Amino acid sequence: MLRIDRATYDGIVAHAKRDHPDEACGVVAGPEGSDRPERLVEMVNAAGSPTFYEFDSTDLFQLYKEMGANDEEPVVIYHSHTATEAYPSRTDIGLASEPGAHYVLVSTREHGNNAGPVEFRSYSIVDGVVTEEEVTVVDPAHEPDPDPRSVF
Amino acid sequence: MAVEVRIPTILRTYTGGEKAVHAEGANLSGLIDDLEANHPGLRDRLIESGDLRRFVNVYINDEDVRFIGGLAAPLADGDQVVVLPAVAGG
Repeated sequence: MLRIDRATYDGIVAHAKRDHPDEACGVVAGPEGSDRPERLVEMVNAAGSPTFYEFDSTDLFQLYKEMGANDEEPVVIYHSHTATEAYPSRTDIGLASEPGAHYVLVSTREHGNNAGPVEFRSYSIVDGVVTEEEVTVVDPAHEPDPDPRSVF
Repeated sequence: MAVEVRIPTILRTYTGGEKAVHAEGANLSGLIDDLEANHPGLRDRLIESGDLRRFVNVYINDEDVRFIGGLAAPLADGDQVVVLPAVAGG
């Protein structure tokens, strides 16, 4: 399951809408081993294409250097599909190289750059096997109170 | 001549889980041969038809090797090599 806070979710959707009809891409970094997507990093789609995305190689290097220095890892790797459903393409599956990451797909095919709902789905992709997972968007106001026992 | 090579998660099956290994070589091609000798199978994941794979990025001291000679890019003692799979798709 992917748990993601509302602001990050909205940020990914806004990025996808803004870049439509080209594919948008980026990561959400989080502390290593935490499975918490905390720091949204929008990346430039070096392919600048409606059917392909690729992080620029220099940007990619800087991103991994920065995450390494922060003890972070890419918890979410996201990109948009602008004319098809939010499901990994054969290319997505073939190139997926972070077995621990949540691969998020957003489809902007319905409303493009305009307001309106998008498909937002998440998958694990390991050794060519795609498994869809539930997405839970957490609103800060609705976070459960901390367990009082943990205070002591 | 020792060079540190940082290995991405997806290729750590070839290095017994190690994030970084040491290897030797006067250039990137030689380094990959040395890596292959100690971690069989790794070369095929980096090279295809005699060239670097399209969706594998290799950096020497922060520079993408595609801009500094590719497989012929020279190496010196103490250099750091980083391998990162491209983040790409359709």
